[in-house]
Amino acid sequence: MPSVMLRKREDGKLLFYIAKKDLEETIESLEFDTADKWGGEVLLGDGSKYYFEPLSPAPKIPTTLQAKRLAEE
Amino acid sequence: MAAMTREETEALIAEVLEVYPEKAKKDRAKHLAVNDQSLEKSNKCITSNRKSLPGVMTIRGCAYAGSKGVVWGPIKDMIHISHGPVGCGQYSRAGRRNYYVGTTGVNTFGTMNFTSDFQEKDIVFGGDKKLAKCIDEIEALFPLHKGISVQSECPIGLIGDDIEAVSKNKAKDIGKTVVPVRCEGFRGVSQSLGHHIANDAIRDWVLDKRDGDDSFPTTPYDVAVIGDYNIGGDAWASRTLLEEMGLRVVAQWSGDGTIAEIEKTPKVKLNLIHCYRSMNYIARHMEEKYNIPWIEYNFFGPTKIAESLRRIAAHFDDTIKEGAERVIERYKAEYDAVIAKYKPRLQGKKVMLYIGGLRPRHVIGAYEDLGMEVVGTGYEFAHNDDYDRTIKEMGNATLLYDDVTGYEFEEFVKKIKPDLVGSGIKEKYIFQKMGIPFRQMHSWDYSGPYHGYDGFAIFARDMDMTLNNPCWKQIQVPWKKAESESEAVKAVA
Repeated sequence: MPSVMLRKREDGKLLFYIAKKDLEETIESLEFDTADKWGGEVLLGDGSKYYFEPLSPAPKIPTTLQAKRLAEE
Repeated sequence: MAAMTREETEALIAEVLEVYPEKAKKDRAKHLAVNDQSLEKSNKCITSNRKSLPGVMTIRGCAYAGSKGVVWGPIKDMIHISHGPVGCGQYSRAGRRNYYVGTTGVNTFGTMNFTSDFQEKDIVFGGDKKLAKCIDEIEALFPLHKGISVQSECPIGLIGDDIEAVSKNKAKDIGKTVVPVRCEGFRGVSQSLGHHIANDAIRDWVLDKRDGDDSFPTTPYDVAVIGDYNIGGDAWASRTLLEEMGLRVVAQWSGDGTIAEIEKTPKVKLNLIHCYRSMNYIARHMEEKYNIPWIEYNFFGPTKIAESLRRIAAHFDDTIKEGAERVIERYKAEYDAVIAKYKPRLQGKKVMLYIGGLRPRHVIGAYEDLGMEVVGTGYEFAHNDDYDRTIKEMGNATLLYDDVTGYEFEEFVKKIKPDLVGSGIKEKYIFQKMGIPFRQMHSWDYSGPYHGYDGFAIFARDMDMTLNNPCWKQIQVPWKKAESESEAVKAVA
């Protein structure tokens, strides 16, 4: 369960950053991305997948959240 | 030598790796790469931030160096105790030339060395009492200090001293900030983790001191300069430009900085990051907690300065945008004259760099402004995000080397034959004896500042002074010279 820092890049894309792993990637897709439900599976720019417990309401970005790493199929 | 092609560079890497045993070769191969600008992500071509293997010569430092030497050390009105045996503090004392204003020993302490000087009995019985005594003595001898940081050396972690408890107690006693920093040298693979630990210590022990206190009057133009250590006066040369364009620099982290400035930083509107590697952690934290955006900037060479000033100004209103243009315009004659003078003397020269933090990519623009070309670059302790940012700055098919070993660096230089090598003190004399002009790019070879427009003039002068120094023609002994000349004569005849 790495903690992930989320921030918006200048072009509006979400950045997914894990300090311990030096991983800084853009979020390509997010399962739930509405005002009252946010989270689920995320696909990163490098093809790896993580999972956020769905949150409601959506968190204020920038923030730090716990994510689970999903096995790549 | 003409620019190398991708195949030639790859062949060079393979050739240099040839001498290693199989296992070491496999490991080192991951750290050497040929630059490919089409890549978005560096992890496709280079591995970084891994432990250096025993048996190769590495130039890296330790976590203590990253915390005490880089991040905490320049904070001038605090006293940084090198907690442990005397050597770590004494041998690194005042080496980074972080300039500051103040009276050393009275209200500023930058170039002094404070240590708890561990002896055998402190290792056996623990050093907490000694630390407490040390803090009392400091308070008595230097009453004008504004705080203390306890920079752990290796033994502290090994014997399990509770420096946090001592710090809390003593902070109450003396009524000033006392920060325990767990930066024992054995942590992490290089000084890079020391930066992170130091950032976290600032976050936990200093940064929130003035939360909820609005007595500090703010303006919409408040910024903080983060990750500029004022080496040779760099931060001052940067600060003048920012102030000229209408911004108010509230804090300098940490060159010529004070603890009060650090406590006030959460009140600023924008954080400006120069050294991304050593201070991005705190910028990310402030973005999250205080909602302060941050941007990276680069104050080496007029092209990058203009770019950075405009990017900074884009975060503010029109008065600042006009200010940025005014600043660029004002210095134009000055830097054009510098380029006109030095470019003809430096045009087409090739440079190889091997430095730390931000410079392997940041100074490329300054060299290009002088018509020079950077043909190889590498970091001592970078992470992948640094290489992500480097790929775009470097030319195609140039050489990238991470945590390069002494042997590899020498071989690369012998093969590529650059006109100038920029690295640190440990490399300096090797290359000078090989007859290659060399600049120390960690401490600017006791010159500087190199930041800002004023710094660029000094940078250009220094590069010219080194490259076109007549001594390089005297490197070869006369009888050898006569031989090679007579051979040339024979060849012609």
